[in-house]
Amino acid sequence: MSHEPGSPFGGYNFAYLDENTKRMIRRALLKAVAIPGHQVPFGAREMPLPYGWGTGGIQVTAAILGPRDVLKVIDQGADDTTNAVSIRRFFSRVAGVRGTTRTAEATIIQTRHRIPETPLTEAQTLVYQVPMPEPLFRLEPRLAETRRMHALADYGLMHVKLYEDIARHGHVSTAYSYPVMVGGRYLMSPSPIPAFDNPKMHRMPALQLFGAGREKKIYAVPPYTEVRSLDFEDHPFRPHRADGCCALCGSTTSYLDEVLTDDRGGRMFVCSDTDYCEERQEAAATAAPASTTPAPETEGVA
Amino acid sequence: MSAPLLEAKGLNLAFGAVRALDDVAIDIHPGEVVAIVGESGSGKSSLLRVLAGQMRPDAGTVLYRDPAGTAHPVHGMGEAALRRLMRTDWGFVHQNARDGLRMGVSAGGNVGERLMAIGARHYGGIREEATEWLKRVEIDPARIDHLPRTFSGGMQQRLQIARTLVTRPRLVFMDEPTGGLDVSVQARLLDLIRALVADLGIAVLLVTHDIAAARLLAHRILVMRRGQVVEHGLTDRVLDDPQHPYTQLLVASVLAA
Repeated sequence: MSHEPGSPFGGYNFAYLDENTKRMIRRALLKAVAIPGHQVPFGAREMPLPYGWGTGGIQVTAAILGPRDVLKVIDQGADDTTNAVSIRRFFSRVAGVRGTTRTAEATIIQTRHRIPETPLTEAQTLVYQVPMPEPLFRLEPRLAETRRMHALADYGLMHVKLYEDIARHGHVSTAYSYPVMVGGRYLMSPSPIPAFDNPKMHRMPALQLFGAGREKKIYAVPPYTEVRSLDFEDHPFRPHRADGCCALCGSTTSYLDEVLTDDRGGRMFVCSDTDYCEERQEAAATAAPASTTPAPETEGVA
Repeated sequence: MSAPLLEAKGLNLAFGAVRALDDVAIDIHPGEVVAIVGESGSGKSSLLRVLAGQMRPDAGTVLYRDPAGTAHPVHGMGEAALRRLMRTDWGFVHQNARDGLRMGVSAGGNVGERLMAIGARHYGGIREEATEWLKRVEIDPARIDHLPRTFSGGMQQRLQIARTLVTRPRLVFMDEPTGGLDVSVQARLLDLIRALVADLGIAVLLVTHDIAAARLLAHRILVMRRGQVVEHGLTDRVLDDPQHPYTQLLVASVLAA
């Protein structure tokens, strides 16, 4: 083992957690994969980052990480925000794994609030950071009762919430953390990803793992599992997307962030998935190298 | 007469030294309204809870006959089956409307919950049904999106009844449905319940200490005292010609209006 000083991982075991903890998390993961959408309790450890920053996701990643894995970490779709950078750096220090920002290169992608635009493959695993795993928690305050509702598949209450939304706003106003039924059995919170990303979960080739550190729950969606967003027959589920195109890459299909550019009402829409956006910009640059050269100086190739 | 909907025999339940139920038997037939009357602490609420499967008796059986005619032991069917029964074939009207309603959900959502729980997934259809039921219980359909907490006590109770009856249950348990309401509101509510029950052919098990309510609604009456059924029979017979001294006392102590 590598506990002695001068070991490659700064005195820590490979991937920070000790082997017994990893084994415990893997057992929870196996159970979660066996019962898609069911929340499995696990003994979440203190991690060297605060709750709400991805303590659940980081433990799941640590438990499944191998030396040859390539890790990508995104926060709200971006690879370059504090949270994403520090978690990636953490694993390069305590596990020596290679980090990447390229979705296609990664074998494990830890994410907060987004699913990458680039379709994932069977060789990849998506790890979600989950703040609140219980989809019913705003409707039923007693956790013992929500567990019973899951056990009996008694989910009428969730539809009452959707009914109330439509009655009050004319449409379902839930824009993120939109509840889904997994495999026709368990009601699941997809973590706070935008409802726009929900359809990507349906029959995704990649394994999807969800870790909630504070709530000490793990759940999973195995590859090619049916994931349906709840809706009414006459008010079908509609993924919401800002009406516009990305100011940097011109994409009209990706999920957009609105960015304020000055204090006089200036704003622009850009892709929330930074890797997808950069790849599209590069592809556009190589496809048309110097044909018309529309002011390459101000373009700022980054 | 057809086979009973609910059939209980030899029910016993003790809380320490207190005998809440002492060898109680009761039958309820389809479409029949049965009232259980008695003073506080006589065991009538315990009986209701045991019959509705919310509490397990120390001894005795409760059988429920489903629409196909098969009898199921209520305490042996498991929680999932009991819950399904509770939101389809059965209903429960609480004394306090707040216990039976979701106070943070609009009137329409309250009525629609049972429909959605049994699989209704058409928003327009659910809303239409909710509107229809609000009209039936004399609540202005324009208030469909209002929260129950903005309703008066009598309206809340009527909303609870609409919410319970929307799936057309075969058997409804009512625990003092008119308790805590003023007399004129009580009278209207009793009229409403009587009309709905007759209209839909629902069997009702009514627990009350209000003899007048029992007389108005019930076909049959059971009088309970200290966990025992001391007298039972047709409503008019029991109230006009009480045999047991306790029943005589109970009937005599009603204030003549």
